[in-house]
Amino acid sequence: MLATVFISPALLLLLAMSVFPLLWALYLSFTDYSATRGGPARFVGFGNYTAILTSAQVHQRALTTLIYVVGAVALQTVLGFGIAYLISRRTHGRGLLTTLFLVPMMLSPVVVGLFWRFMLDAQFGVINSMLGSLGLGQVEWLTRQRTALISLIVVDTWQWTPFIMLIALAGLTAVPKYLYEAASIDRASEWFRFRTITLPLVWPLLLIAVMFRAIEAFRLFDLVYILTNGGPGVSTETLSFHVYKVAFLGFNTGTASAYGILMVLVVIVLTQLYLRYLNKLKEG
Amino acid sequence: MAVSVDEAVSTGPTRERTPPTRRLGGRGRSVLEIALLTVLAVVMLFPVLWMIETSIKENRDVYAVPAQFFGFSVTIDHFKDVFVAPGGGRSDLSVAFLNSAVVAGVSTVLATVLGVPAAWAYSRFAVKAKKDQLFFILSTRFMPPVVVVIPIFLMYRQVGLIDSKLGLILIYTAFNAPFTIWMMKGFVDEVPAEYEDAAMLDGYTRLQAFWRHTLPLLVPGIAATAVFALIFSWNEFVFAIFLTSSDSVRTAPPAIAGLIGGTTTDWGLVAAASVVFALPVLVFAYLVRKHLIAGVTLGAVRR
Repeated sequence: MLATVFISPALLLLLAMSVFPLLWALYLSFTDYSATRGGPARFVGFGNYTAILTSAQVHQRALTTLIYVVGAVALQTVLGFGIAYLISRRTHGRGLLTTLFLVPMMLSPVVVGLFWRFMLDAQFGVINSMLGSLGLGQVEWLTRQRTALISLIVVDTWQWTPFIMLIALAGLTAVPKYLYEAASIDRASEWFRFRTITLPLVWPLLLIAVMFRAIEAFRLFDLVYILTNGGPGVSTETLSFHVYKVAFLGFNTGTASAYGILMVLVVIVLTQLYLRYLNKLKEG
Repeated sequence: MAVSVDEAVSTGPTRERTPPTRRLGGRGRSVLEIALLTVLAVVMLFPVLWMIETSIKENRDVYAVPAQFFGFSVTIDHFKDVFVAPGGGRSDLSVAFLNSAVVAGVSTVLATVLGVPAAWAYSRFAVKAKKDQLFFILSTRFMPPVVVVIPIFLMYRQVGLIDSKLGLILIYTAFNAPFTIWMMKGFVDEVPAEYEDAAMLDGYTRLQAFWRHTLPLLVPGIAATAVFALIFSWNEFVFAIFLTSSDSVRTAPPAIAGLIGGTTTDWGLVAAASVVFALPVLVFAYLVRKHLIAGVTLGAVRR
């Protein structure tokens, strides 16, 4: 059949490069295999899983990840929607404004991470320099436990606010104008119009954007690697970053695989929620 | 959703002017909103401008305290350093840029060749468990790269693909194929199947009908999809840093990240390399701005 011939090459590639590796990781997660030690892998049952789920270290990384995901996505949503709302109210220069606001999103996390690292440098960084000229004190953005996580959230927000903005703007421009006209004939207050017309119509699309961002933020690795390298201490180590350390610095491949599988389970649950909702939206 | 991205990014005055007598203080509010937007735009663009500025500053101005916003001496030395090695000849960075171009280009072509026919088949035929298959395809793209890279690393070590461009090309193809399929399915759905039916009545086979009638109509969509795949592979960092190590194979993102390894960092060079690296992405992104929403949501959200 033509359909099979056309579809199977792509599916085979995905099976070989995504499914097979995951199955291998699943197998390794039940062993004490180490990528450097070599030698045969010993079967340890659910040992790796119980070790991870009961590890205080992992709990701490999970909390860091939660703070980061919730903080960054919430900030992005508020800012992104706000900017989209302001742009949608303009009559002129909307195209130019949109294009300008989208620039951060298109940059590689490597470039973004490096550049913010330079700007947030405690000695010669431009941010501290500006704070200084405003008569404010210097902040050790990346070298203090508490500020480092905040910096990470700020940088991620800078990069991904445009994403929420783009999708919110599409929702806002799709709201039929006659609804607003009808409302203004009824002399409805602006807040009433926003609450009863704008928000309900934009909300479904906005939620898609938020869920998408949450999944992406949960997987985040590169920005942490470049910006703070997990530090100072372990204050900015997210789950992704911790997996990397266990796998590539500790070479506890078995443990890292179990860790990875658990993360994949979380991603699968999140993705299922996202796709279900997306599907409902498309049919509705 | 009846949303076209065209509308969202169009330049024309799509909305009528609000009547000035609408409410008291309407103008004051408008001024306030414009001011707010300007401030936000400056905040969003400042890092980019600062990066460009740093890339053309003399070294002593790069590290100046307080920071020099204006009146610095301009140089193109940093850009020269990006491409030319200190002792003459090609620099490691320029090799990395070349590697990036090869890896991104080849993997994009492969993902397109695999993805477009699959997208067409998913759009036109009653495939068994189609929805499940499509969801499976998209969910492979959501896997955390750090997790996927562990077994891929072992697999590549076994078959000798570690530190090779082919290895990177394969993983990037696998990572762009889901995107290509989802994005292209949307474009194929827009081309009426009746065109192919009519061609088949004229005696063409289904394949010929696809080749002669549908494919030409898909070219703009294929171009846009390929540009996104190109951007994704070009920007990719996690697989690149774990699967390659030698300078002759390494792509630009890990090479640029490697510039901050030592005790001192030449930030002017980092800035220049970042500008050279980001410029093609911005140009390409501008070209496909109409499809940006579909592109950045992996084809899941469109109109």
